[in-house]
Amino acid sequence: MGYPHTPHPRETLVLSKHFGEPEARTYRGWVKRGGYEGLKRALAMPPAAVVDEVKNSGLRGRGGAGFPTGLKWSFMPKERTKPHYLCVNADESEPGTFKDREIIRWTPHALLEGTLIAMHAIQADTAYIYIRGEFAEPQAILEQALAEARAAGVLGRFQIHVHRGAGAYICGEETALMNSLEGKRGVPRIKPPFPAAQGVFGMPTTINNVETLAAVPPIIVNGAKWYQAMCLSSPKSVGTKLFSVCGHVQKPGVYEVTLGFPLKDLIFELAGGMRSGRTLKACIPGGSSVPMLDRDESERCIMDYEGCATLGTMLGSGGVIVFDDSADMVYQVMRLARFYAHESCAQCTQCREGTAWTTRILERMLAGQGKPDDLDLLLDLSENMTGKTICVLSDSCAAPVVSAIKKFRGEFEAYLAGRSALVA
Amino acid sequence: MADALVNLTIDDQPVSVPKGTLVIEAAKQVGVLVPHYCYHPGLPIAGVCRMCLVEIEKAPKLQVACSTPVAEGMVVHTQTAPAKSGRQGVLELLLINHPLDCPICDQAGECELQDFTFQEGRPATRYTPDFPKRFNPVEDFGPDVLYVPNRCILCTRCVRFMEDVAKEPVLNVSERGDRAFIGMHPAARLDHPWAGNVVDLCPVGSLLSKDFLHRARAWELDKTASICTGCSQGCNVTLDTRQGVVVRVRPRVHLGVNRYFMCDHGRANYRWMNRGDRLDAPLVRDPDGHRAVDWDEALARVTRVLEGASGSAVVLASPRASTEALYLARSLVARFAWTGAYELVMGEEAPLAGVPDLALRAERAPNSTGADLLGYTADYAAALAAAERAAVVLVLDAPQVVLRPAGALLYLGTIPLEDPETRARAEALLPVANVAEEEGTFVNRDGRVQRYFQAKSAPGMTQPAWWVLSALGAALGGDEIGSAADAFAALAREVAPFEGLSYARLGYGGELVARAVPA
Repeated sequence: MGYPHTPHPRETLVLSKHFGEPEARTYRGWVKRGGYEGLKRALAMPPAAVVDEVKNSGLRGRGGAGFPTGLKWSFMPKERTKPHYLCVNADESEPGTFKDREIIRWTPHALLEGTLIAMHAIQADTAYIYIRGEFAEPQAILEQALAEARAAGVLGRFQIHVHRGAGAYICGEETALMNSLEGKRGVPRIKPPFPAAQGVFGMPTTINNVETLAAVPPIIVNGAKWYQAMCLSSPKSVGTKLFSVCGHVQKPGVYEVTLGFPLKDLIFELAGGMRSGRTLKACIPGGSSVPMLDRDESERCIMDYEGCATLGTMLGSGGVIVFDDSADMVYQVMRLARFYAHESCAQCTQCREGTAWTTRILERMLAGQGKPDDLDLLLDLSENMTGKTICVLSDSCAAPVVSAIKKFRGEFEAYLAGRSALVA
Repeated sequence: MADALVNLTIDDQPVSVPKGTLVIEAAKQVGVLVPHYCYHPGLPIAGVCRMCLVEIEKAPKLQVACSTPVAEGMVVHTQTAPAKSGRQGVLELLLINHPLDCPICDQAGECELQDFTFQEGRPATRYTPDFPKRFNPVEDFGPDVLYVPNRCILCTRCVRFMEDVAKEPVLNVSERGDRAFIGMHPAARLDHPWAGNVVDLCPVGSLLSKDFLHRARAWELDKTASICTGCSQGCNVTLDTRQGVVVRVRPRVHLGVNRYFMCDHGRANYRWMNRGDRLDAPLVRDPDGHRAVDWDEALARVTRVLEGASGSAVVLASPRASTEALYLARSLVARFAWTGAYELVMGEEAPLAGVPDLALRAERAPNSTGADLLGYTADYAAALAAAERAAVVLVLDAPQVVLRPAGALLYLGTIPLEDPETRARAEALLPVANVAEEEGTFVNRDGRVQRYFQAKSAPGMTQPAWWVLSALGAALGGDEIGSAADAFAALAREVAPFEGLSYARLGYGGELVARAVPA
């Protein structure tokens, strides 16, 4: 999908309203569109009031975990005895996820404004925007916007630095990001201590996702009630969310809908449905780390935190990966496992060895050399890799394996019998 | 302070430990060793091997005992099915790339991967031979360290030691995923004066000592508690002997002296204990040279010499002489106007930056404090000059000494006097045991009296110096002394700073002497 594009009538445009308008990237263009009004209002409020407003809005972290944003902010020490830091997680690396990229590319000032409001709320003077190494173009746009904002005097006493990652997926994990930012090897830290107590440089730190922060200015301008009213299902899942739909659909792209939107409609109406002559087979609703859904589940899935949980999966980052009936699920799962094996930071035994072993078993299976016990072995290995490590990379490798075996066992068994289910 | 203690239950056993204690340490208190690799009490917590998984009631998932602090009322289970299966899973994964070359691995027999696999691992792997194991060539890391990456389990103890204890971060984890290995800074060598500790810290046979390479199997070794003779720090060590030969020296834990570590100087300082050119029979001088005699004759000869002499006496002692020998030598010459001195060799000080008060000390002498407390001085040159004029010169294992004394020269030593002319003048040369062959004590620079134990037998007719000196003392009318412990007891009765001390009280940890002014 390219820009400019005509939004689908069922989209709710808050974050993506100005996607496709090059003028919105400029400071002047952003102000013309009502930009920096939220910042102005937030700065007139005491920090605690900003935190409360965001808390009341019901905004939850859009990076994957869905932790209530205002609550996270409230964990920061009330009295500032040490420097406070804000980290902006722009290391969007989750396979299937490309929503933050579009925010940075089209509305960089929305991110900067949200960042400044958050800095005020948590009493931080310094923010680091940790941007994915591969995001060369978005980084250039962001730096340009930052320079303009700085020149316009918007930053005031706040300092914002853009730090470019070196291309490791694990650096999107919040504590690995902090290590990387400090110049250390990007490996997740043991928690506790949590970032609000000891984050980057050992100081109280809040870390937020790009989309989360971009949602803050409209909340300040329009009020918590306005945001909370955007709700189609559970009152715990409110506001809009960008979904990056990719895979076997007619119109892959980023779509903004109110939480609680049916996945089926997202795929079949907004993303234009399946490629011609093909039918829906499976869907990973929240980025590659979450369990996959089969066709029936996909058609029933409500896209909010609770709806996904009901089906045993997660809303995650909102990276929707759609598979049609041509997809070889064994191959797809192997590709995911190979990704995690490549990106494992090598700290925890289960992850370092387990992701690689999982990949080898799947590769062997695809080569027609699987062993009868391989499925049991994969499941047992996945069990070993779940809930036992410092971060969830290991769990993320296991989740698609387990869900695929559960839901598409026949395809795996076909490979074990020496043929692909698809060519049978 | 009962209120500072936290009460918890580990495997149904109640235990109270100070607040902040880690579950893995609390478990040790009730005799439960939770299997672990990355955890080491002398290093910062890493929590990466995930081996020490235990079940803690009310926790949603298994927890690692090494990074979980105790909490009041906590109930820990180490032997439930989920905990054991979690640990078994880690063991299986650690072994898929491990070469299982135990028959040629130096670590075999003292390998934590072997031990815990034997204890609770799977009997067979599920990693079929179709998959090759990770292979990387052996690397030469430093003067005494080889890295065998194939055996590495990436516990990062070595990395953390160099970074946080030695404060010379030359090691890292390189690469990611199952390609990871321990890397070294391209412009560096693992040649820090304390680098050898990474070999001890390595739980498997991945970091090896070149000195010990293929020297012995671990199960053939006898282990004896001893004290390092390399300097005045007094690091507690274990002498590993194989068939009466010292083949390795390793640090022994003493939290007040050397914690878990020892320096490479001390580690390498053992070959002299195995010298073959020993003085191994008493020799007495005859008109046509020295003649080997039995102890009775040798002691009688020396007794006659001492009885017949009058005037001044000088004792020239090795700084490696035991406190007992120094005391008995002093008693033996007490009826003369005596002076005593030891030769203090100085070297470069090499601190271990991350541990306060731990260094390879400039004074390369294990017992200079003991000698000082007994009235010996470090003014060796003055003593040498005085020795030329003295009626009796007693040399206590200082074989390099060169003398043309007017009086009688008596020598007790492990090897013969090196200078032929000096040797020719010696009235008697009496063979005495070295530190590995006798019991004794040293007093370190902090005034800590520490015992060392006999690790091997002494060659030929060699006897401990305390035995020779006390036998001479008894022949001259002194008390009979039957053991090193008795010699120390006599010393403690007579020399004020040692008052109240005994071998039993010293135990393995030692005790501080009473000293008004620390040296």
